[in-house]
Amino acid sequence: MSDNERIQQGLDQEVTAKLAQQTSELADSVNAGDYVRAMTLINELSEVRDQSLYREVGRLTRSLHEAIRNFQIDPTSAEQKEVLSKMTDASDRLSYVVQMTGQAANRTMDLVEESMPMAHAMRDEAVALRDEWQRLRRREMEPAEFRELYGRIDTFFNSLSSDSDSLYQNLSEILIAQDFQDLTGQVIQKVTALVNEVEDNLLSLVVMAGNVDQLTGTVHQIEEKEESAEKGVGPQINADRREDVVSGQDDVDDLLSSLGF
Amino acid sequence: MRILIVDDFSTMRRIIKNLLRDLGFTNTDEADDGNTALPMLRSGKYDFLVTDWNMPGMSGFDLLKAVRADENLKNLPVLMVTAEAKRDQIVAAAQAGVNGYVVKPFTAAVLKEKIEKIFERIQ
Repeated sequence: MSDNERIQQGLDQEVTAKLAQQTSELADSVNAGDYVRAMTLINELSEVRDQSLYREVGRLTRSLHEAIRNFQIDPTSAEQKEVLSKMTDASDRLSYVVQMTGQAANRTMDLVEESMPMAHAMRDEAVALRDEWQRLRRREMEPAEFRELYGRIDTFFNSLSSDSDSLYQNLSEILIAQDFQDLTGQVIQKVTALVNEVEDNLLSLVVMAGNVDQLTGTVHQIEEKEESAEKGVGPQINADRREDVVSGQDDVDDLLSSLGF
Repeated sequence: MRILIVDDFSTMRRIIKNLLRDLGFTNTDEADDGNTALPMLRSGKYDFLVTDWNMPGMSGFDLLKAVRADENLKNLPVLMVTAEAKRDQIVAAAQAGVNGYVVKPFTAAVLKEKIEKIFERIQ
């Protein structure tokens, strides 16, 4: 964008024409020594400036309203009253994701905690029976002991078939508990689409606000806000493409050992 | 061996609790942030602290600093298990006196290795 274009941006052609005409008249009257006329012209100039400013602000306000309506957060319209706002909906949706993933994690852990002792008991009994069985093969077993082993193997086979059924059942329930992925995936995709839409609308708001600033000559001092590393910033996305972030436990270990850990 | 597990997500506390139990540590308690954890540490006799970093209320980093500043707790071994992965943060945690740092997502083997390493060094 050239300087000229930048200066003219947001101004009507009518206004710029009038400005050009009045400045040359102003120069003429100053040259001719007609200061009364010159002062009148300066007043008129500032009036033109004010008027164009008002007009521009008016136009921007209308665009602003338009942009806000695009956010669909206007509860006065009957349609929107039902939905109230996509934003509330989005945060509801995300809470739903948190709830679903939490449920799935807990359900999975319940089943795992139920299965682990079963697997342990199976292993313990299998190990004990194997040792007994080997004693039998080495002919180190008394007949009375053998009779006991006989009964024990019987019990083991019975519990083995029922326990492995329960284990299989638990595993398949763990499998089913992962069905949240499908639902939460859809919800997150919808929210992502909304975020993109909001981003686009925000961008046009920023451009509009920039025009207002240009017209009024406002300069903002915006302090850069940094995330507080002390409070914690959460998981890093695209960690492998960033220098300031470790890419895994090996990286952490290397860093700590370089510090003498 | 009494261990306090601090994380704002109950699922993560449960995972760590299960992993610790598999390693033979059955005496564990849970807290959901530094503000709840600190009084527990001060009143109970804990031998080991496993904490997340990013939590509402008091963060794990602040908890670590509070522990190191407390005359009765300053020698308590602290393992950080966290998603915080900035190099600066890891350096800061090391300087604040953390005994081990495990970055999420982690495996049972990594947690075991770090815990064993910490106890090795203490004994």
